[in-house]
Amino acid sequence: MKKYTYTEKKDTRSGFGAGLLAAGKKNKEVVALCADLVGSLKMQDFINEFPDRFIQVGIAEANMIGMAAGLTIGGKIPFTGTFANFSTGRVYDQIRQSVAYSDKNVKICASHAGLTLGEDGATHQILEDIGLMKMLPGMTVINPCDYNQTKAATEAIAEFHGPVYLRFGRPVVPVFTPADQKFEIGKAWMVNEGTDVSIFATGHLVWEAILAGEKLAEEGINVEIINIHTIKPLDEEAVLKSAKKTGCVVTCEEHNRYGGLGESIAQLLSTHTPTPMEFVAVNDSFGESGKPEELMKKYGLDSSNIVDAVKKVMKRK
Amino acid sequence: MTLNNNDLKRMASQVRRDILRMVYECQSGHPGGSLGCTDYFVALYFKIMKHDPSFNMDGKGEDIFFLSNGHISPVFYSVLARSGYFDVEELKTFRKINSRVQGHPTTHEGLPGIRIASGSLGQGMSVAIGAALAKKMNKDHSLVFSLHGDGELQEGQNWEAAMFAPFNKVDNLISAVDVNGQQIDGPTDKVLGLADLHQKFSAFGWDVMHADGNDMDGIVTALEEAKTRTGKGKPVMILMKTVMGKGVDFMEGSHKWHGVAPNEKQLGEALSQLEETYGDF
Repeated sequence: MKKYTYTEKKDTRSGFGAGLLAAGKKNKEVVALCADLVGSLKMQDFINEFPDRFIQVGIAEANMIGMAAGLTIGGKIPFTGTFANFSTGRVYDQIRQSVAYSDKNVKICASHAGLTLGEDGATHQILEDIGLMKMLPGMTVINPCDYNQTKAATEAIAEFHGPVYLRFGRPVVPVFTPADQKFEIGKAWMVNEGTDVSIFATGHLVWEAILAGEKLAEEGINVEIINIHTIKPLDEEAVLKSAKKTGCVVTCEEHNRYGGLGESIAQLLSTHTPTPMEFVAVNDSFGESGKPEELMKKYGLDSSNIVDAVKKVMKRK
Repeated sequence: MTLNNNDLKRMASQVRRDILRMVYECQSGHPGGSLGCTDYFVALYFKIMKHDPSFNMDGKGEDIFFLSNGHISPVFYSVLARSGYFDVEELKTFRKINSRVQGHPTTHEGLPGIRIASGSLGQGMSVAIGAALAKKMNKDHSLVFSLHGDGELQEGQNWEAAMFAPFNKVDNLISAVDVNGQQIDGPTDKVLGLADLHQKFSAFGWDVMHADGNDMDGIVTALEEAKTRTGKGKPVMILMKTVMGKGVDFMEGSHKWHGVAPNEKQLGEALSQLEETYGDF
């Protein structure tokens, strides 16, 4: 097992804030919109640098998505910012018609995704957003794993033409990917090469997969871990190659088991190379209030759940 | 192509014929609102807007238009074709398989002149405001126009947009509401009354005007007046009274023709009331 260490923990939303500022410096067409959550989305640095390229829309997400679509018509590259719930479920039809169907170059940037926003509870903890977004034709769906990767992804989507859903979170988590990484949309990232099982993880669950891999290594199980930061378009080649090599698969995500990464991988594998699979995901339920780590444990999303899933799936080979 | 008021009226007659024939041809679509808004569309595309039928999506340096109540697509398509965005013969393909002339307007099939999909109601004002903001950022002094149905104002997103535009001084936008008082299930006053739209938009901070949307001279004057009111810190709203089904006596003023196609006999009767002026497709 390759050794991963970290010197600090940071929130992925701060990676977004830093990436937005960098993207803004690189391209003057980059503009930002926010629905009354500037602090939560870490947009203040962008606003300080480019006050004329920031639009405060108030608590009106539908209008924000529509205006973003309109801004693209004048050649702008709008980044919208609010919580994941209000970025997707609340404005699904606006995204569907005015952005996706209209093929507008809007970047929908969503913080506080999943359970780990914690104490606010289920009204804010969307666990269905990946599914909602990946079902839209032409939508790219990205869920990076740490601060550095989120920053790199934010810069990369500014250079990519087309609608994108970028999902990130609130809690501080280990920063373990390189600061100078090149983010390639749709290209899976090999975290650890192994032979016994393929673990495909996205977002905060990539670090949990690494912790699980270390525990399993002590028991002589050699795991392959792949970071699927881009859920759509899925890196099919990487997934198929790994699944063929190891013969069994575990998927890990902070999302409902329906509609998420696991479902995309199951569909791919069942079409090409049926493979035993286990799903580390929320089992079709809403979340609740609590500390992030308490929630991850209660809803079965921590490294011990990944260890259990690996052992279970290996018996089914 | 810019027309004088007399030719605008002749063009409106042709566009109304196009609408009826398109809807008849596929036995589906929305003739009522299309006929009611014909004079507005003709005034806009043949007199008021500075626009380029060679069509660039970004619309830089030209006036651009957004149709929010996308179901009145027949009038939009006819006017686009008649002003040179695409061949009028293509109107024959309206609502048929493998056509760019979809039931509701879309950018998806690449039809020139369309900048956003619409049909799911209540989204166009936000899009128009976004495009107007982009023009301001680009120091582009051309204008953005948008049209909305009155029934459509029942959608809440309109009021988010209506609140945003005056607060942010989006004064390069001229919106219009087609006040025909009808929607699918009946008169708007029976379905969900809109009360005093003038007071509502004024209270939100718009510069509100009124126009008779079926009087060509009147609508041209109103749109020209609206242009002089831009650049003064407020978005402009034209509350435009129209008659659903205008131009065909048995269709006028009834919600029954909101989304119903005429049969052969009705088509003949309707066309006999409208002069063929610029040649049928």
